[in-house]
Amino acid sequence: MELHMDRKRILIVEDSPTMRQLLVFALRRMKNVDIVEAQDGMDGLRKVSSDHFDLALIDINMPVMDGLKLISLIRGEDSLCGIPIVVITTEGAQEDRERALSLGANEYLTKPIQANHVLTVVKSLLKGETPS
Amino acid sequence: MSGDRKDPFSRGEEFLQLFSRGAEFTKELLVENERLRANLASLEQAQSDASKTPEEWDKYRQELQARLQDLEQECESVRMRLQQVEEENQQFAARYLEVEEENNNLANLYVASYQLHSTLDLDEVLKVIVEIVINLVGAEVFAVYLLDGDSGELDVAVSEGAEPSEFPSCSKPGGIMAKSLESAEPICGDPTQVPNLEEPIVCIPLFVQDRPIGLIGIFALLQQKDGFSALDHELFSVMGGHASTALFAARLYSQSERKLNTIQGFIDLLTK
Repeated sequence: MELHMDRKRILIVEDSPTMRQLLVFALRRMKNVDIVEAQDGMDGLRKVSSDHFDLALIDINMPVMDGLKLISLIRGEDSLCGIPIVVITTEGAQEDRERALSLGANEYLTKPIQANHVLTVVKSLLKGETPS
Repeated sequence: MSGDRKDPFSRGEEFLQLFSRGAEFTKELLVENERLRANLASLEQAQSDASKTPEEWDKYRQELQARLQDLEQECESVRMRLQQVEEENQQFAARYLEVEEENNNLANLYVASYQLHSTLDLDEVLKVIVEIVINLVGAEVFAVYLLDGDSGELDVAVSEGAEPSEFPSCSKPGGIMAKSLESAEPICGDPTQVPNLEEPIVCIPLFVQDRPIGLIGIFALLQQKDGFSALDHELFSVMGGHASTALFAARLYSQSERKLNTIQGFIDLLTK
């Protein structure tokens, strides 16, 4: 039971199987992490609503429901609003970054990603720190 | 009570005895004190004599100098060892970063090749190629050309960032795409050039056993992508090899499926 209390659950919401696999590869380097994948915003909302997660990695451009909508729904829900959110997207414009951060994302990373950087950010947020 | 009383004479005797014992004890103490004083004086004299002797002093100084030299050598060797350890530490840190980077690159390459060979459906393979070019390479405008079996030309099969009809023909004479197909090698131009749909920045020819079956042309990169890394060049090579075979296998599979269905149709017709 105590072992499970130390484990962290991370949700990856990303429509590209290639990116999902790459992120899973990167996150698996951390110990005591359970990773759940969602293939679009709606799938992500379903999963984040029905289970506990310590962090969510969310893409912006996705079918059915985009990442920005998902972030605003998560932040609008009292029981979910504390989950740290990392946006991973191809959108590199400053206005896109500001929009995502203003909706409640904790960190904004652009593709192509550096696995090390993603890991550093995720570890910091899981510890409750602000990534530098 | 009266028994406890003694006469003054006997009490005086007792007092005298006590006094004489005290006097003896004091005398002994004085003798002892004198002996210790003499010992101390002789030791001080011996020490003083020893330090005053030049030989003794030299010997003492040499011993101290030798000890000092030993300590300095020890200090120097410790300092050198510390420096070595620091250098080793820096080398390990640099090596760790290299291994980390190598690990990341291998993960990217593994994922790319794994995904390319994860399906035998042509559309799925094309989708994977698009995902790799967007997410792993960081391209914004690009096209995947495939060989048209009827015309023998390379036509745009799938594109991002512009309509397929907007992309140039691969056979444009003197163009980078024609050169890339001739050499059967990926060609990588200047990533900082102003994006245009005339000439791609990167051309990745797709060959199977010396026969061109397609080409990936990247015309513009994502705005946050300012250059190509070693990983990008590796990815271009992986795409050139694995995307070609994946596309070829998918086409063969779809042709064999069609043929199988036709044959099955004939067999059904004959047996009914």
